[in-house]
Amino acid sequence: MIDELLLRELTPAVIGVLVRRGVDFATAEDAVQEALLQATLTWPDGHPADPKGWLVTVAWRKFLDVHRAETSRRDREERVEIEPPPGPTETADDTLALFFLCAHPSLTPTSAVALTLRAVGGLTTRQIAAAYLVPEATMAQRISRAKRTVAGVRFDQPGDAATVLRVLYLVFNEGFTSPAPGLLRRPFRPPAGDVDLAAEAIRLSRQLASMTGDEETAGLLALMLLHHARRPARIRGDGSLVPLAEQDRSRWDTALITEGVAVLQAALGRDRLGEYQAQAAIAALHADAPCAEETDWVQIVGWYDELLRLTGSPIAALNRAVAVGEADGPAAGLAALADVDPGLPRHTAVAAYLHEKAGDLAAAARLYADAARCAPNLAERHHLTRQAARISQLLRR
Amino acid sequence: MAKYLLLKHYRGAPEAVNDVPMDQWAPQEVEDHVQYMNDFATRLEGTGEFVDSQALSAEGTFVRYDGEGRPPVTDGPFAETKDLIAGWMIIDVDTYERALVLAGELSAAPGAGGKPIHEWLEVRPFMGEAPTVTE
Repeated sequence: MIDELLLRELTPAVIGVLVRRGVDFATAEDAVQEALLQATLTWPDGHPADPKGWLVTVAWRKFLDVHRAETSRRDREERVEIEPPPGPTETADDTLALFFLCAHPSLTPTSAVALTLRAVGGLTTRQIAAAYLVPEATMAQRISRAKRTVAGVRFDQPGDAATVLRVLYLVFNEGFTSPAPGLLRRPFRPPAGDVDLAAEAIRLSRQLASMTGDEETAGLLALMLLHHARRPARIRGDGSLVPLAEQDRSRWDTALITEGVAVLQAALGRDRLGEYQAQAAIAALHADAPCAEETDWVQIVGWYDELLRLTGSPIAALNRAVAVGEADGPAAGLAALADVDPGLPRHTAVAAYLHEKAGDLAAAARLYADAARCAPNLAERHHLTRQAARISQLLRR
Repeated sequence: MAKYLLLKHYRGAPEAVNDVPMDQWAPQEVEDHVQYMNDFATRLEGTGEFVDSQALSAEGTFVRYDGEGRPPVTDGPFAETKDLIAGWMIIDVDTYERALVLAGELSAAPGAGGKPIHEWLEVRPFMGEAPTVTE
């Protein structure tokens, strides 16, 4: 058995070594992918004592092969230096620099996600393509265009942590919310490419958090852990969504919750609040409630207030209206909803829910049916259709 | 083997026999319908005839080029009378008859009262590859 996770964890550091030796990033990345492939073929026969050293040596050889082929084509006079002796830079870990480079602000979010998964995550193009349901050739182009975009970026210049977090958040969300591709009505199943994007985002966030000590990175990691903990209870066998209030909480992963809460508390203790910490705090309050009825909605409203103050996000305002509805009653929730842009996705679903709580079943049935029609995915559409059906049935009695 | 597209319409197809809007069904009837569709796709994967299936959201816009330097012209949302595709399944089967059988089964998905919807699905053959001529 080869340790695929170890291989992937070493990927950015090995790329870093090659770049420090003067290889351009795009070429270094290709050479390291080749080395990873060779490792998966040869390591089963004997795991090297120094896996990183092995990867560096093999990747360097792959680079030399390509380089020699090119230079001999161009000019036989040119000669490549022999392998340089390990210097101080060889031990430096450039993983963090790779995170920044792959999430460089000059990249679009889509490109940054693809490049991060390959160069930092060590995934193959085929795996990334399968996870995002696009043809492999398309993903290969996306990655090489991204490499060209960052070709002129200095490798060791400090990057923007916020863009890195954004990329990891996008990866997690994709893995968390996307139901499998599918039919008219298709059951959820793990992506065929065997990559669990949510788990991968958590792995990368852990790696990043261990290197930076940044509060928001910790906040994002905690947020992911707390959401991931609910995953076993979130989707039924047939692919349908289970709303938070109806989830079987005994199926939540308590180890992930414990870790998430600890990571969050340490971050909050440093008193530099940010949006990911606020979101994680909300997730932690849900995780803390033994049953839906015991949820501390008053505190949750408080955190939504913080989140709104930090981001001004209309989505936060929409979610806040739900929390207000739970904390102060449906009339207060509807009043809060009146201030939210009605064009937002899920606005109608929230309105339906609050009207049902307020006892206006006719309005709720109509709104649930409307919400189902404009639902952004099949799992939500089925859920909302079932709600509409349930209330219509009550009305017929 | 030949590929066929089974098209489901939000509107534009002839009226189904059991034509009750989904939100008027009993909740269990919704569950049963979803289960039927899931089982159908799984069975076709099992027989090696499934290729792809996707659902489309109900909103859509017509767009066309409007000349150099101008933004494209859009038209829509569609008038109520326009045909509106809801989604598709692509199957790869031995014969046209087999495609019809499968479309018929898909159309038999249960609806209100647990009875088949008998909804109209459109079956469209893919354009094939030109045959390789060897002489």
